Amino acid sequence: MAHGSAPKTEFKNPVVRWIDARLPIFTMMIKEYGVFPMPKNANYLWSFGGIAMTMLGIMILTGIILAMSYTPSTPDAFNSVERIMRDVNYGWLMRYVHMNGASFFFIAVYIHICRGMFFGSYKQPRELLWIIGVVIFLLMMATAFMGYSLPWSQMSGWGVTVITSLFSAFPLVGDGLVTWLWGGFSVDNPTLNRFFALHFLLPFVIAGVVFIHVWALHMTGSNNPTGVEPKSTKDTLPFNPYFTSKDSFALVVFLTLFMAVVFFAPLSLVHADHFKPFDPMVTPPHIVPEWYFLPFYAILRAFTFDIGIPFTGIVVLPAKLQGVIAMFGSIVIWFFLPWLDRSPVKSARFRPIYKWCLAALLVSFCALGYAGSQPAEGLPVIIGQIATLYYFVHFLVIVPFLPRFEKTLPVPATISEDVKRK
Amino acid sequence: MDSPNSSSTGHAPYDRQKARRDFLTITTAAMGAVAAGSALWAVADTMNPAADTLALATTEVDVSSVAEGQTITTVWRGKPIFIQRRLQADVEKIRDEEWQTLRDPQSDEQRVQKGHDNWLVLIGVCTHLGCIPMGSKVGQPKGEFEGFFCPCHGSHYDASGRIRKGPAPKNLEVPPYAFVSDTLIRIG
Repeated sequence: MAHGSAPKTEFKNPVVRWIDARLPIFTMMIKEYGVFPMPKNANYLWSFGGIAMTMLGIMILTGIILAMSYTPSTPDAFNSVERIMRDVNYGWLMRYVHMNGASFFFIAVYIHICRGMFFGSYKQPRELLWIIGVVIFLLMMATAFMGYSLPWSQMSGWGVTVITSLFSAFPLVGDGLVTWLWGGFSVDNPTLNRFFALHFLLPFVIAGVVFIHVWALHMTGSNNPTGVEPKSTKDTLPFNPYFTSKDSFALVVFLTLFMAVVFFAPLSLVHADHFKPFDPMVTPPHIVPEWYFLPFYAILRAFTFDIGIPFTGIVVLPAKLQGVIAMFGSIVIWFFLPWLDRSPVKSARFRPIYKWCLAALLVSFCALGYAGSQPAEGLPVIIGQIATLYYFVHFLVIVPFLPRFEKTLPVPATISEDVKRK
Repeated sequence: MDSPNSSSTGHAPYDRQKARRDFLTITTAAMGAVAAGSALWAVADTMNPAADTLALATTEVDVSSVAEGQTITTVWRGKPIFIQRRLQADVEKIRDEEWQTLRDPQSDEQRVQKGHDNWLVLIGVCTHLGCIPMGSKVGQPKGEFEGFFCPCHGSHYDASGRIRKGPAPKNLEVPPYAFVSDTLIRIG
């Protein structure tokens, strides 16, 4: 166990003592956030879990405030958002915080995921912790997607149309499934109503799963840049004050950047078509999802050839279905990462080749983001296809087979030894 | 627990009791599962189109004012419907083309109604991901095959609305429709 049981605390305050004897929340808080042993070498990348959790709180708070002035019906939705911007006291602030908050929530989570991949935080004994994290990411994607539909703009309506139409790729059940998702034969009022209901619900589901994620984390303790588990109390420091202060500083810097965007460039990530009400009869010439979905959108579009039995004309996997499978598969693959990676060494710091493969993965992910932002023709399509190829080769070939050839660097025996060596 | 084979107490032997209990447990669980499944079905089915949505299933369009070569757009079930009155020359041209080797092989004759061969009626929704293809209005790009072009992901349809190039898997769908008279079309 990474942490022993905390010494029984004697509380001076009689009220606290009274409550704690009946419901030991104070004992629990001291154990999990006071004396909780953190690896002493955890760097600022370890602050992003807490940052992401703070962003979730900000999103829920501003979201509830917005819901009080928002009208989820097709004739009124767009205007009610404009009213929030113009008439509701500080409505503009709540909306800009919520709108850009989604982006910054994803920034924090993407950094958090990269940290986990680089330092092997998904490996034994943290496999389940990692899997729960992937579930959170999928829930976040669903929530963000449905939230984007609520202003009922051109981008909202057509984004919903394109993404829900993905499900029509599935054979036999596809069309029925899309009608079921829409609640009609096109994206219309029933769609908006249910998306609002689900957009309201899912953040609380995320909060619940985050609780389980943190619970699992506190069973194993945090990973650290060496990937070596703490061996003694010399390797750890109590969470408070060392990491409460470090995480608070990181949070303040992050929130400063966030609020700088909210105040000075609140529309920098928004497309012009988001300011026109949804017209089901006119598709904008170039529709793209929000930036945090672009890499996955590019994977979707990377498949342009049907796969069939040669010379028979029988199509086994149409291009559209391949794209849909690949897009979902690109995240589902993360669930299996703990078992795909056969290397006994956790941290990529000690894996001289794998380190560069991860850098290439990051580059290909960014290249996919670029490809997804461009119209589907010419060079961006080819960039998207090459990057998609690397993405899957990385997870399905490099991750499982590289450990057979890679000579890893000597791993320090303890965290303290590694810290002294520097 | 009863001792095995305690027939002296008047109860059935232990293994028969166990079999009876298993039977009761399994049937109870099965009935419970059926009840839960039925309830869940009702919950899921509320998300299917409601009666008022289904009631919008037919629409009638007067096409007497459509000129030759003109395309009008009407709405059916919230989707745009392209109604095109084609020139005789265009009909003959598209029918001369090879269709057996297309991605979704259909002849032009199969896509229109007999006796009304000049009228092309299509659901104006790209079969890829649901965008509305261009080419129904004057001045819009018609794509490489002189029909329709979807700007979202670059699907090209020919003058009969058949997919020729790009990611879409199927031809533009033909809605169910009938000519009530020579100038009145009922869609749905």
